[in-house]
Amino acid sequence: MSAGTLYDKVWELHRVADLPGGATQLFIGLHLIHEVTSPQAFSALRDLGLAVRHPERTVATVDHIVPTTSQARPFADPLAEEMLATLEANCTEHGILLHGLGSGRQGIVHVIAPELGLTQPGMTVACGDSHTSTHGAFGAIAFGIGTSQVRDVLASQSLAMGKLKVRRIRVEGALQPGVYAKDLVLHVIRTLGVKGGVGYAYEFAGPAIEALSMEERMTLCNMAIEGGARCGYVNPDAVTFAYLKGRPHAPAGDAWERAVAWWSALASGPEAVFDDEVVFEAATIAPTVTWGITPGQSIGVDETVPTLEQTEGDERPIAEEAYRYMDLRPGAPIEGLPVDVCFIGSCTNGRLSDLRAAAAVARGRQVAAGIKAFVVPGSELVAAEAEAEGLDAVFRAAGFEWREPGCSMCLAMNPDRLEGRQISASSSNRNFKGRQGSATGRTLLMSPAMVAAAAVSGHVADVRRLVAAPTTPEPEPASTRA
Amino acid sequence: MNATSFPAGPIQRCEGRAVVVPGDDIDTDRIIPARYLKCVTFDGLAEGVFADDRSERAGDHPFDRAENQGAAILVVNRNFGCGSSREHAPQALMRWGIRAVIGESFAEIFFGNCLALGIPCLSVDHEQVADLQAAIAREPAATLQLSLEDPQVRLVGGAVEHRWPLTLAEGPRRMLCSGEWNGTAQLVANDGGLRSTAERLPYLADFAAAAT
Repeated sequence: MSAGTLYDKVWELHRVADLPGGATQLFIGLHLIHEVTSPQAFSALRDLGLAVRHPERTVATVDHIVPTTSQARPFADPLAEEMLATLEANCTEHGILLHGLGSGRQGIVHVIAPELGLTQPGMTVACGDSHTSTHGAFGAIAFGIGTSQVRDVLASQSLAMGKLKVRRIRVEGALQPGVYAKDLVLHVIRTLGVKGGVGYAYEFAGPAIEALSMEERMTLCNMAIEGGARCGYVNPDAVTFAYLKGRPHAPAGDAWERAVAWWSALASGPEAVFDDEVVFEAATIAPTVTWGITPGQSIGVDETVPTLEQTEGDERPIAEEAYRYMDLRPGAPIEGLPVDVCFIGSCTNGRLSDLRAAAAVARGRQVAAGIKAFVVPGSELVAAEAEAEGLDAVFRAAGFEWREPGCSMCLAMNPDRLEGRQISASSSNRNFKGRQGSATGRTLLMSPAMVAAAAVSGHVADVRRLVAAPTTPEPEPASTRA
Repeated sequence: MNATSFPAGPIQRCEGRAVVVPGDDIDTDRIIPARYLKCVTFDGLAEGVFADDRSERAGDHPFDRAENQGAAILVVNRNFGCGSSREHAPQALMRWGIRAVIGESFAEIFFGNCLALGIPCLSVDHEQVADLQAAIAREPAATLQLSLEDPQVRLVGGAVEHRWPLTLAEGPRRMLCSGEWNGTAQLVANDGGLRSTAERLPYLADFAAAAT
């Protein structure tokens, strides 16, 4: 049983009571809501005659259903309009802060809460969205919940939860140029499996993790859930504090020093005990691309689609299903595979450093003929920062569309979607069958720089060759600390 | 489509015909594609359950086969319900008629979402799940009798009676059997505990408590 880890400390601090059924009642420090998983929770609250216990600890935005071309109201889709109108009415009725369209602070919920300084170390964070694990990048314990649990948090600011085991994932060494947090997390999921993390919180640690920027740590923790781990986290450190300082909801004045002292003490110490540990070597990881229909079905861009013989026995049925669905031949190279659509954005990779890395590849090049390529900033703030440094112009000049913020083609609850059997290079997080809006559409997950490389090449390409190419004038750093 | 009432009160047993949806890693996008999430109530979700898989199979999906209409117990394989946290997935299954799920393993959020609806997800080991599915295929008219008190399932009404042991963590098992699975009232009632917890959280008091 784990002891002395950040997870244990935060859990104990937020433990309200042990419930008769054996679960723990856990206080939730920050509750994030959006238009898709909250309307039924508010209805249930109304049916029960309950109020929102801590409206000041709940923050709302709209992201899944917003169009990324025109965001004029009412939306062309009446169902989308009804969902947003319902969220607006619920927030007004219960006194909940809503970062709506055009507020300057709207965006994907997992992008805006960090950038506004809402997400802080040592908090418990819950949201009706599985990618809530993102917030673990700050040393918060953050997890996705269903709508019934959204109701419970609204009503009580707490949840009935079972405690997880803690697995430390130590990553030694350093990522090579052209290799990003996205590649690292895809590699981890490929190795440990999409269900390897069930029952665990993942603590990401080691030199390669400490070297990551906050935005890279968010990409990493975002996809913990794709490895089955309901939450993933990184211990707070100087990088965390530097990111938070001066953000709108971050502590200020005297409170800042007290906060940093408290946050620092939360980190898993040398005496911490873990239920399990796995060690990776960062330098061995290549730019990674999914070839199948689960995020665990990935290979280095220089590898070939695994054959059945190379696949573990119990993974063979889903590998065969993936060959059929993706129309890929076992043993075929992934590099050179033609793509139709290139999507840069999402809660995984829609932040400023992601757009910088993609722009560094796109600069001075052209999107290949016949390819639809578009960039969707993760938030209005990301869009404004990117535009201030001219990234929108770089993308437009290269033939990419520059869109308004939202979840876009990650999950196709808005007009952005694949058509028919189109195949996309996507910086999002799920390559499930039908995920991007067409029941036969196909998704290749990769880093934003790799998506840009695919866009200008017309096929899956190794970004390491493009960023090293002399035709790239003044390549920007692959990532920058926020 | 099963229009009987939704789960309520203590859930100690469940009985009904089985529907088997084989395969590992069946994610919630497959259980209910995202386009069906454009709604402000859960009422109409039954029509979207496995929608894309069903149209791909053109009538041959387990949820479309005549012999499975009215089934109440879903039998699956490994890591069922992975991916998106959408409660729309168990809501859609429940509205189609599912009242319990048996499989090798479940994704955590899906398991919790089912529990919050009073739908038990019980585990059976790898060899036994194949045996269970084969027995159901041999005896399509038989029914499953599920017990949560001593977690197990029996296949009855066929040529031979079978029994498989199941596992369910003690916490959720007690919550279901006692009827405490719908725990909002219990959480709200603990006002004193919620207050004292909030008072000791440094980030709710400008970190003043952190200095001590």
